[in-house]
Amino acid sequence: MPRKFTPKVVTANRLLEGDAVWLTAEGRWTPDMREAELLDEEAHAELRLLTAQSDAATVVGPYLADAVAGAQGPEPTHFRETFRTRGPSNYAHGKQVEL
Amino acid sequence: MYHYNDFDRAFVQERVNQFRGQVERRIDGSLTEDEFRPLRLMNGLYLQLHAYMLRVAIPYGTLNSDQMRTLALLAEKWDRGYGHFTTRQNIQYNWPALRDVPEMLQALADVGLHAIQTSGNTIRNVTADHFAGAAADEIADPRPVAELLRQWSTDHPEFQFLPRKFKIAVTGAAHDRAVIQAHDIGIQIVKNAHGEIGYKLLVGGGLGRTPMIGKVIEEFVSQDDLLPYCEAIVAAYNLLGRRDNKYKARIKITVFENGLEAFRDAVNEQFARTKPAFSGVDVKLFEEIRAQFAPPAWRNAPLKAYDDAYAADALFRSWADTNLTAHRAEGYAIVSVSLKKHGETPGDATAEQMRVLADLADLYGHNELRISHEQNVILPHVHKSDLPKLHAKLREHGLATANIGLVSDIIACPGMDYCALATARSIPVAQQIALRFEELKLEHDVGPLKIKISGCINACGHHHVGHIGILGLDRAGVENYQVTLGGSGDETASIGERAGPGFSAEEIVPAVERLVLGYLDLRSSPDETFLAAYRRLGPAPFKSVLYPEQEAKRERADAA
Ligand code: HEM
Ligand code: SF4
Repeated sequence: MPRKFTPKVVTANRLLEGDAVWLTAEGRWTPDMREAELLDEEAHAELRLLTAQSDAATVVGPYLADAVAGAQGPEPTHFRETFRTRGPSNYAHGKQVEL
Repeated sequence: MYHYNDFDRAFVQERVNQFRGQVERRIDGSLTEDEFRPLRLMNGLYLQLHAYMLRVAIPYGTLNSDQMRTLALLAEKWDRGYGHFTTRQNIQYNWPALRDVPEMLQALADVGLHAIQTSGNTIRNVTADHFAGAAADEIADPRPVAELLRQWSTDHPEFQFLPRKFKIAVTGAAHDRAVIQAHDIGIQIVKNAHGEIGYKLLVGGGLGRTPMIGKVIEEFVSQDDLLPYCEAIVAAYNLLGRRDNKYKARIKITVFENGLEAFRDAVNEQFARTKPAFSGVDVKLFEEIRAQFAPPAWRNAPLKAYDDAYAADALFRSWADTNLTAHRAEGYAIVSVSLKKHGETPGDATAEQMRVLADLADLYGHNELRISHEQNVILPHVHKSDLPKLHAKLREHGLATANIGLVSDIIACPGMDYCALATARSIPVAQQIALRFEELKLEHDVGPLKIKISGCINACGHHHVGHIGILGLDRAGVENYQVTLGGSGDETASIGERAGPGFSAEEIVPAVERLVLGYLDLRSSPDETFLAAYRRLGPAPFKSVLYPEQEAKRERADAA
């Protein structure tokens, strides 16, 4: 049996800055994951990933990451993705202070 | 120290210009990411979790003070005020913006530094004993050999697409501070029965997912044969090495699968070809390089200032006892400056600290600095009479931590705080272990103990050769830390053995504490180090302190 599809977001790193960004429903890249489009359906997710891949002038290495709906928008489910929304734990650098 | 000649300068400048053009073409869309990626990697530029990362080579860990000031400039102007020194004697900048990288490379090129071959399936930065040219126990300075290898391997047309990355380390002393047994080629300078200097060559060491200790392929290679022999090794590997499976592509697997004898035969076959091609220019070049590494003019001065401070100042005494190493010249000491202040990130230095170190090298250190694979900075030549002033200045800048070789002198890779390949974080574990032992005020009693932490199986943090190794893994979406025991990276190198089930992020620091306290009970005397005790007693008693519940269960079962 194929595995059940779990909700996703499209994420990537920005070409110029290299920081983590997420794809919104309007097709904009946002540094704030909560603004991302939560993709509940597999076919639609694949389509959004294709859109992202065609945006090579803006981002590098787009992929689908697991996410769940939270009070303020999509939230990560894996700690790696959580770190990408925050920044490193040894300095107050990155999104934890920039957003 | 070696200074770039016109050829070196022109070559590095040309590479900067090329990369500037490549970045422009990526940004204007003429290059795709697939086209650009290998080009940026060739110039040490990675894309990590939160930003780009630029890895700059510090050949055999040697820097002059101007170069150190340039590293500080990069940190300040194009990064976030700090840099991370790594186990491969490189420095990594964690936050550069793509557009700025050509400028960074230009600033580096202006002082004879670059980021070439710090990535990719090439011969990487050649590392060496960080006490080279200063250590009392060395046969000869390993850096001229390392420089010769650097010149030979840089842009070597035959070796730009090896099956996998290739790492070479050189030591000039029998006591191995360069971990040569965990390198693709390890080189030890030796003397034969006639008193001639030559090279003992090891192949097939490496860490990563299949850790292996290097094997001696040749006990004595003469100076004339060194480059042709190294070329023969890499050529044999280039032909025999597997390209079908990235995990089996390192020379350690080639040697393992073919057997050392067959591999040696293949090398000798290549040697018959390479040897005649070297006309002796290499030996002449070596002599020229060697002249550039002539020791500085040593100073003769009274030691009173040192003796007085040692007698009067407990802090200075503790630092001197822990952070100094015997120097080959009378009245001198090798100073290890710890970048492991308790609670700080191992290997990180701020731009200000780098400048202070550069100034101190100018004032007291014959203008030389080293980066150790243990992620500390070395001032290799300091006259003892200058040590009290030097120590005072280090203290002002958070650089006087007296912990070299102790529990808190931990190697840690960037782990999941920065690295895109990581399976768990390593920096916070290092910070917490250091803080805990600072609290316990025990580390000087514990004595020499090497803890090494990697954030994934690639083992950049050398965990396999830590007396206590910690490997961060992802177990069902949670950080989990596996402990290995009894590893060592010196001339008695060994790969640590897994102790048992892993620990959660909350459990790992107490687990290390149990181990260390347990060792204090187990050692035969305060002179028996952790590693010696482990080698004498074997893993069982250490496992019992590490897993007290299992031990209790076993005792209950025995009683029943
Ligand atoms: C953050 C970017 C980094 C990436 C992407 C990276 C990648 C890797 C990979 C893939 C391997 C395993 C290669 C193999 O066995 O074929 C490896 C090994 C290694 N890396 Fe890194 N690494 C990074 C940072 C570092 C740092 C910061 C250090 C030093 C602290 C380092 C030093 C080493 C060492 C010593 C090894 C193991 C020795 C060996 O090559 O067998 N790396 N790295
Ligand atoms: S060991 Fe893994 S996590 Fe650590 S730097 Fe290397 S690749 Fe990254």
